[in-house]
Amino acid sequence: MNTAVQVVNTRIGIVTATDLEQDQSFTRTLGEITSPNARMQCRNINVWYANKQAIKDVSLDIGKHEVVAMIGPSGCGKSTFLRCLNRMNDTIPIARVNGSIKLDGKEILDRGIDVVPLRAQVGMVFQKPNPFPKSIYENIAYGPRIHGLTTSRTELDELVEISLRRAGLWNEVKDRLNQAGTGLSGGQQQRLCIARTIAVSPEVILMDEPCSALDPIATAIIEELIDELRAHYSIAIVTHSMQQAARVSQRTAYFHLGDLVEVGPTEQIFNQPQHKLTEDYITGRFG
Amino acid sequence: MNISLLLLAILAMMVLAFQVGRNRAVRVVGGHSHIRHLHSLPAYYGYYAALWVGIPALLLVLLWIGLQERVITILVVEQLPPSLTVALSDGHLSLLINDIKNLATGNITSGKITSEIQAAADHYHQLQSFASIGLWSLVFSIAGLGMSIAWHRTQPAFRARNRVESILLLIMILFSSLAILTTLGIVLSVLFESIQFFQKISWTEFFFGIQWSPQIALRADQVGASGSFGAIPLFTGTLLISGIAMLVAVPIGLLSAIYLSEYASTRVRSIAKPILEILAGIPTVVYGFFAALTVAPLIRDWGEAIGLTVASESALAAGLVMGVMIIPFVSSLSDDVINAVPQSMRDGSYALGATQSETVRRVIFPAALPGIVGGVLLAISRAIGETMIVVMAAGLAANLTANPLASVTTVTVQIVTLLTGDQEFDSAKTLAAFALGLTLFVVTLMLNVIALHIVRKYREQYE
Ligand SMILES: Nc1ncnc2c1ncn2[C@@H]1O[C@H](COP(=O)(O)OP(=O)(O)OP(=O)(O)O)[C@@H](O)[C@H]1O
Ligand SMILES: [Mg+2]
Repeated sequence: MNTAVQVVNTRIGIVTATDLEQDQSFTRTLGEITSPNARMQCRNINVWYANKQAIKDVSLDIGKHEVVAMIGPSGCGKSTFLRCLNRMNDTIPIARVNGSIKLDGKEILDRGIDVVPLRAQVGMVFQKPNPFPKSIYENIAYGPRIHGLTTSRTELDELVEISLRRAGLWNEVKDRLNQAGTGLSGGQQQRLCIARTIAVSPEVILMDEPCSALDPIATAIIEELIDELRAHYSIAIVTHSMQQAARVSQRTAYFHLGDLVEVGPTEQIFNQPQHKLTEDYITGRFG
Repeated sequence: MNISLLLLAILAMMVLAFQVGRNRAVRVVGGHSHIRHLHSLPAYYGYYAALWVGIPALLLVLLWIGLQERVITILVVEQLPPSLTVALSDGHLSLLINDIKNLATGNITSGKITSEIQAAADHYHQLQSFASIGLWSLVFSIAGLGMSIAWHRTQPAFRARNRVESILLLIMILFSSLAILTTLGIVLSVLFESIQFFQKISWTEFFFGIQWSPQIALRADQVGASGSFGAIPLFTGTLLISGIAMLVAVPIGLLSAIYLSEYASTRVRSIAKPILEILAGIPTVVYGFFAALTVAPLIRDWGEAIGLTVASESALAAGLVMGVMIIPFVSSLSDDVINAVPQSMRDGSYALGATQSETVRRVIFPAALPGIVGGVLLAISRAIGETMIVVMAAGLAANLTANPLASVTTVTVQIVTLLTGDQEFDSAKTLAAFALGLTLFVVTLMLNVIALHIVRKYREQYE
């Protein structure tokens, strides 16, 4: 991970004139940041960890029924940006965020906004599957319970089943709903976490490298799932796998050292990247 | 004096042997530049020589100390004229021997000094100086023998490091088995004394009797000659006080642990945690007089103000103070297990829109619960075994009551009172202390085993 960053630095250290121009032109991200059918609109987001700026003036839309992939070298701020979208950065005392993020036209970065309903609307799946040490059933029922989404046991049972079905896990676990969620395989655990997120009926699902702890088969199942989930949700996914970004996303955003360098339709980013840094990254010259 | 000088001499010889052994090793391969031809570093040959010089000599000294006195005594007694010993019982003989020894070392004797006794004392004295010379010369020759063995073995191919290390290993095993054997010895002696007790008093009376008054009469015909040894009042007293202590310690300890690990800022935490842990460092005797002199009178005054009768040494006072003492136990153990709950659990819960208190109650607490239970069990076993506070604050009356305002007594207090003062070692009264001790030991051991099992199982869950 360090080597990647170092390579980036040395590249910038021996820059050509055009590189330099491009480096300084980060005030404007290349490509189309807006989405015609935007669910979330982020404008001029800056994030600092103590005095270190991790995200610099990033603007990006996430459209309805759209999967946006975020790629870039390690440490470039993908996770940080993703965590702005459901204000998970609030849990990090030294993190400071400014800018504007609108969910369905409503500002969510205001201090006065309650994060509880926001996080129900913008769910998150983490890199490492993190089921609670409870039964499979209780894992799914956790969110609906704290938000009071159901009024009766049968309703809750239904919700659990629907969520597990959507996450493609129902058939595998329907006979052992009372067993511990931590006893599932890694891929099943990750789908359990997705089901848990779905259970509170969010509008947006954020995924931070959801497959990096999984084997290729489990990865393929999750990727397929993401494609199906697009029908109901907006999805922002961070990934280190270029192929994965190409397979699951409609738009791709390339981050570099806290800047959003380039964003556009996935096909275009991978076939005709406009920025040199993007091209270097996706052709595997570093990262 | 003689012996410590000898030990010093052995030590000096070991140092010398080390130097000689090391130098010899270097010389055997022809100087420092050829050290790599040696199997081990030169110092190991030095240690090897030192061990050969020291260990046999030390063993000899140990053996000698154990036997010298006995052998000399036998020799002296054999030399006594038959007229002096023939009519003596064992007890008188040992008195006589004592006199001889005292005379020999220049102490005051009890009887009159006859010429025979004087002769025996001289003989004794003489034997002792012989023995001393013998020991010294034997030690030196054994050390010299050891040195020459080490000297001859010091060859380039000799694996001195492996030898030295296996000897050290042996010594370590010896010492650690010493510790284990001591523990075993204590347990066994308590066990045997308890068995003696249960031969005098039936175990049903002990475990199910509700009357505790362990008075044994001085004369057999005294009124109430047989005490009664029903330990139930002690058990209930112990339970009552421990229960009160846990009622104080568990909520306070747990809530402070949750506050410190989940809510407090790092600044508050860095200040509050050490302060809380200071509580664990206060000597229990200080808690004891705090309970007896401050808390107990306070409770009595308050109780009387609202018209309750409160004993001046109430279970409540002892329990409250003991609870305060145990708070840091519960809080630091709970703090550990709460911190062991991975951050990803918290993140997962927050990301679903849970508030902090929901996360604590529904995710962190259940996840940490087994560990917390383990911690509480450890605290209970600590409370049951606690002695000082209850001795000072709980009183001696073995009342069978659940009233926290009454005076009760505990197992540990009774052990202390049974064994303080002059005792016969085979009376039921004294032996009862061992039976109580054994019961206490078994209960706390069981609690600890269960607690450790739970804690360990819980630890594995996230690893
Ligand atoms: N909690 C934190 N405290 C301080 N600095 C942080 C914290 N989290 C992230 N950073 C810093 O912010 C920068 C961006 O980190 P971030 O985790 O967003 O990178 P990333 O693109 O997700 O990297 P990766 O691909 O390795 O996950 C990094 O330089 C990192 O060191
Ligand atoms: Mg990341």
